[in-house]
Amino acid sequence: MSMDIEVLEDSSHHRYVLNMGPQHPSTHGVLRVLLELEGEYAMHLLPVLGYGHRCHEKIAEFKPAKSFMPNTARMDYLGALIYNHGFAQLLEKAVGIEVPERAEYIRVITSELNRIQSHLLWYGAYLLDLGAFTPIMYAFDDREHILDILEDVTGSRLTYCYFRVGGVSKDIDEKFVTKTRAFIDRLRSRYSLYETLVNGNVILENRLNDVGDLNPHTCNRYGITGPLLRGTGVAYDIRRAEPYSIYSQFDFEIPTATKGDCMASFMVRFRELEQSLRIIEQALDGLPEGPVMAAKVPKKLNIPAGDYNSSVESPRGELSFYLVSDGTDVPYRLKVRTPSYSNLSVVPEMCQGMLISDVVSAMGALDLVIPEIDR
Amino acid sequence: MEIFNSLLPELIRIVVCAVCGAVIVFGNALVMGYAERKLAGRIMLRPGPMEVGFHGLYQLVVDGLKLMGKQLVIPVNADKPLYMLAPLLAFAPVFVPLLVLPFSEKIQGFDLDIGMLVILAFASINVLAILIGGWSSNNKYSLFGAIRSVAQNVAYEIPMLISLLAIVFMTNTFSLKEIAAAQSPVWFVVIQPLAFLIYIVAMVAETNRAPFDLPEAESELTAGFHTEYSGMSFSLFVLGEYANMFIVCSVATVFFLGGSSGIPLPFFEYTGIVWFLMKVYLLMFFLVWIRWTYPRTRFDQLMNFCWKYLIPFSLVNLLITVVMVKLV
Repeated sequence: MSMDIEVLEDSSHHRYVLNMGPQHPSTHGVLRVLLELEGEYAMHLLPVLGYGHRCHEKIAEFKPAKSFMPNTARMDYLGALIYNHGFAQLLEKAVGIEVPERAEYIRVITSELNRIQSHLLWYGAYLLDLGAFTPIMYAFDDREHILDILEDVTGSRLTYCYFRVGGVSKDIDEKFVTKTRAFIDRLRSRYSLYETLVNGNVILENRLNDVGDLNPHTCNRYGITGPLLRGTGVAYDIRRAEPYSIYSQFDFEIPTATKGDCMASFMVRFRELEQSLRIIEQALDGLPEGPVMAAKVPKKLNIPAGDYNSSVESPRGELSFYLVSDGTDVPYRLKVRTPSYSNLSVVPEMCQGMLISDVVSAMGALDLVIPEIDR
Repeated sequence: MEIFNSLLPELIRIVVCAVCGAVIVFGNALVMGYAERKLAGRIMLRPGPMEVGFHGLYQLVVDGLKLMGKQLVIPVNADKPLYMLAPLLAFAPVFVPLLVLPFSEKIQGFDLDIGMLVILAFASINVLAILIGGWSSNNKYSLFGAIRSVAQNVAYEIPMLISLLAIVFMTNTFSLKEIAAAQSPVWFVVIQPLAFLIYIVAMVAETNRAPFDLPEAESELTAGFHTEYSGMSFSLFVLGEYANMFIVCSVATVFFLGGSSGIPLPFFEYTGIVWFLMKVYLLMFFLVWIRWTYPRTRFDQLMNFCWKYLIPFSLVNLLITVVMVKLV
């Protein structure tokens, strides 16, 4: 990140700068990347951020912490419930509120549904980046079912604000349970379709194998988490490493691969779909009766002075909320550690010397959500 | 006057052929435009165009009107004459190959001795148009598309030509009519399966269609060489692309699938065109099908595939054919 644009343009004369974004089909939103090219090889890359910056962290310093919940959903439009989860958990930890067991189950079920829809959208969009137009329609077809299920219970389809400090806003009903179970069966029956259409395709294998190599050491230096890290063989998942909510009660695997290239993270994400389904299945089986909100949640939530941290596993990696309080109900400072931001920081090193096509596949494998980078 | 009298029938013939050529080009674009969108919809589990007319039948007409009504935007720093020339150059040459194609035994514009060469020569002008368009747009993405297109088309013309040459050695003629007629007992696709396969792959690459659509690779180069084009100048490129698809599929039909041969119909010398078009559109359906199924290859892999596999294999195929022809 020490380079700047002038330096790029001054370097040797047969190199030139290509501006990719903020409006480009494969930067998925408003990311801008400057590529210094030699022929079709990208010799230097410079991500330029800030086109979608909305000062969410600053906004948090001006209103009661409880009413910041809708903002969390807008940071990552694909993992809104998981952001809800992280923030609700942070405040519960700070104030010391016990969440009823049923609410925890509902949180886990809806979060995992959210994770699946995020992965499905990534799957379709990534293949679109690679030039396959059809799989995104199949993935959206499946994703639509999740959106319908979540719409029934949360009231929105994308930027959910469903979790509350002390529980969730609305109980789930029998219809939710049946529809979710039907969805689990549906998605399982679709694996073979995805595998025959996409996963074994020789063109796809040639595009993804040995592209965007990462190793655990690089991941460590840049703070890369999530499927990318698991693709290098490190089975690090917050749900297992620092179990939050009730994840420790469930039996699920953490898919890993060893090569660390785009194909590895591709397969890791694909296999995570099944693990999320397993968690949902177990949670539905063990769903207890009871209230979905804690009995005593004060209207004005005074956070005791001190600093608090809460981490959850978002579809893209480790998401942390760090809150410093001076004892009032308005946070003194809220810092959000978003996975996409850290994952993006590896781009200049990872993509150096790549063909443009490979830059597209490598950046697609990061599964970037731009509003999460520019929160 | 005498010269005029002798030339008159030939002149009428030229005019009729040109009109028929235009009908084929525009008719094919309408049919394929609609069919491609409907087929893509079918493959993607969505209905495709449905709003304008019954099942969206008039969609292409409306689209055409819209494109004609649009402003022709010329970028400030573009090379204006070349920028305007490129779409014309992409579109105009596609009429000529249509003149020499034998649609049936009697329906053919001109039966030239060098029919195959005429087709290949005029089909490759398309590359020039793409190069000019990409260069004159003064846009890096366009230039990339143009560079890729030239490298790709030049490379893939070689195996295409060599695989067709094998047929020429067998039939001893460049005339398309005679080549089609030479397949009366068995089609050459049976005798020359390798040449057919090579031709099909090269054909997809020549028409710049997915999975070899690198000149317009959407997710990498926004829209490749026609990034800056709008309105009618853009649609001329698209018309040219569809016409080129028609031509390469027709060549495949003539060389490998027996031209207009098939189950005899009444007045078969003329009605053979039904079989001919059926074979052509079957191949076109194949092109659409793979476009909406496969991801895009990478540029270096594409070139490697051509130089390392297609060209050596087509040369070997040619050699074997020559030896066999000599022996038999």
